[in-house]
Amino acid sequence: MKELINIIADPIFSFPIVTTLFVLMMKYYRIVGTKKFGIGALLTAIPVATWLCLDPNFRKIILWPDNIPINIIIILIAWLTWYSLYRAALNDNRLDEGLGPWEGLPENREKVWVWPNLVYTELMCIIGCTVFLVVWAIIFKAPLEEPANPTWAPNPAKAPWYFLGLQEMLVYFDPWMAGVVLPGIIVVGLIAIPYIDTNPKGNGYYTIAERPLAMWGFLFGWFVLWQYLIIVGTFLRGPNWTYYGPFEYWDFHKVVAEYNVNLSEFFWIKWLNRPMPANMFVREFFGILITIGYLFILPPAIARMKWGKKIIANVGQIRYYITIFLIIGMASLPIKMVLRWLFSLKYIIALPELELNL
Amino acid sequence: MSKRGVADYIRETQVWKSIFRHGPPTNARNRAAVVAGNVFLHLHPIKLKKSGVQLGYTWCMGGLSFFVFLALTVTGLLLMFYYRPTAEYAYNDIIALKEHVPLGIMREIHRWGAHAMVITVWLHMFRVFMTGSYKPPREFNWGVGVILLVLTLLLSFTGYLLPWDQLAIWAITVGANMAKATPFLGHGGPGAALAQIGDFVMVSDKNDVRFQLLAGRFVGEPALLRFYILHCVFIPLVVATLIAVHFWRIRKDGGISAPL
Ligand code: HEM
Repeated sequence: MKELINIIADPIFSFPIVTTLFVLMMKYYRIVGTKKFGIGALLTAIPVATWLCLDPNFRKIILWPDNIPINIIIILIAWLTWYSLYRAALNDNRLDEGLGPWEGLPENREKVWVWPNLVYTELMCIIGCTVFLVVWAIIFKAPLEEPANPTWAPNPAKAPWYFLGLQEMLVYFDPWMAGVVLPGIIVVGLIAIPYIDTNPKGNGYYTIAERPLAMWGFLFGWFVLWQYLIIVGTFLRGPNWTYYGPFEYWDFHKVVAEYNVNLSEFFWIKWLNRPMPANMFVREFFGILITIGYLFILPPAIARMKWGKKIIANVGQIRYYITIFLIIGMASLPIKMVLRWLFSLKYIIALPELELNL
Repeated sequence: MSKRGVADYIRETQVWKSIFRHGPPTNARNRAAVVAGNVFLHLHPIKLKKSGVQLGYTWCMGGLSFFVFLALTVTGLLLMFYYRPTAEYAYNDIIALKEHVPLGIMREIHRWGAHAMVITVWLHMFRVFMTGSYKPPREFNWGVGVILLVLTLLLSFTGYLLPWDQLAIWAITVGANMAKATPFLGHGGPGAALAQIGDFVMVSDKNDVRFQLLAGRFVGEPALLRFYILHCVFIPLVVATLIAVHFWRIRKDGGISAPL
């Protein structure tokens, strides 16, 4: 069993598994968002978590002080996700029956005094949070390692957990993409959300049925490309950033043979059976062509298709192109991951002469 | 009203009345006065929709982000009494903090609080998305929030260097090497090789973004000072300002969102 988990936790398998689970959750959110399902999931999770923690290798990385926050956030996200789905399912069932959202019921619209109602809630939250922090601080000492030594790098050199999603992207992209361009797209994309999502419904209450596109798009990024990658980066990457299963001992001598091949090598050597051309642009022209096609031809092409036209009719050209560009940027990560796993593809464009590897 | 307790007596002293200018908040007029007359509480409206008070709606995650930020400010100030940002002292000061300060958990609270703030801010964003609260008229405030999220992460990033241990300098090295790869602006990034006129290299490791970030080509003492100032003064000031904007806009945008 543990062997099996060690194998399927590898991103090659766990990425499609997590994506499938995400799709199932979103499709059947009205079932997931029932109390029965929630309690069932909790009752399954507790023994499974206990069983996991009995394993010494697993316990070691779970209880490493700097990893405590990510355990906490996983639990909170699981709970709050279920809760949001529960509230959304509640509202969507009401909306099906032609009733308004629960938050809009007269008794919830009624105005109440901030003192004492809100002030009391806030006080309780503050007290709870303080107790939590103090207990946490007493149980877990803040880590302090050896003094800084510029001549000796620890292996693996990991950033704090909330950056490990970015660090994990380094497996698939060069630093200029993983560390600069993609984070830039994330920030700009987040800020752009209210301006490109023109759907007036679902403002101020939980719902999924009334805004499916926004939900699927954002939550895919949030769960699969953000939280999942952080979990992989934190728990499943050991020395040299090689993959280690959750029950695997971090053996510093584990050697993983990796032969990744550039697209240009596929093109010239494997398919055309010729030597690589000397001119770098000729050498890489196939990859450059694909990239230009992906960035500049695909969006207008989709715009001519039926649902592209529909979107443009709804939101206009500018919003359409910004949206599609953000989606393309986001999709480049899973696309590159899948290509890597299926074909050991290293770079689509490999121009180390210009530091431009894609 | 016949029996007068100690509380009533205190309420009538001049000292009490000079601080709280209203009677006990048991009637409408005084409840309004409590909130409106207190500089902290007046961030709130006097009354608000019940849905906005329910924990099930806001999860109080925005409020807790603010509270944790305040807790970090206080514990951070206390730590500043003990800590000197130089390569010679930084690490030893942290050790001293551990060994010589009795019952000291300030460093723990500060460190775990930093993690907690990242958690609460993320969950806050998640909630705002799930309730569609970024929709008009709150688009701008969502944008302010995203900037706050980035700044929260930058606060953590800059603070991570200060203990000056192995974890610190190597985590920052990983991050700074990404800056090196910035297109056109980092000497190891695409396009930098093009910014060259004859023999004159415009983007080199002595002037690119990584150099500006670290005040050097590697994580050394100048970087420590730079991160210290960013972490203790500059970014917190920006965050505090933006939180003020964020809160002001919540009120101006009509309070906590609710079905239209
Ligand atoms: C330092 C970080 C932040 C602090 C201290 C903060 C604080 C708050 C507080 C206290 C509220 C009142 C309602 C609530 O508690 O949920 C609020 C609302 C809001 N926040 Fe934040 N926030 C922060 C970051 C963010 C982020 C990252 C986003 C989004 C990307 C965001 C977007 C919003 C929006 C749109 C509202 C209005 C919600 C509504 O009306 O329902 N904030 N914020």
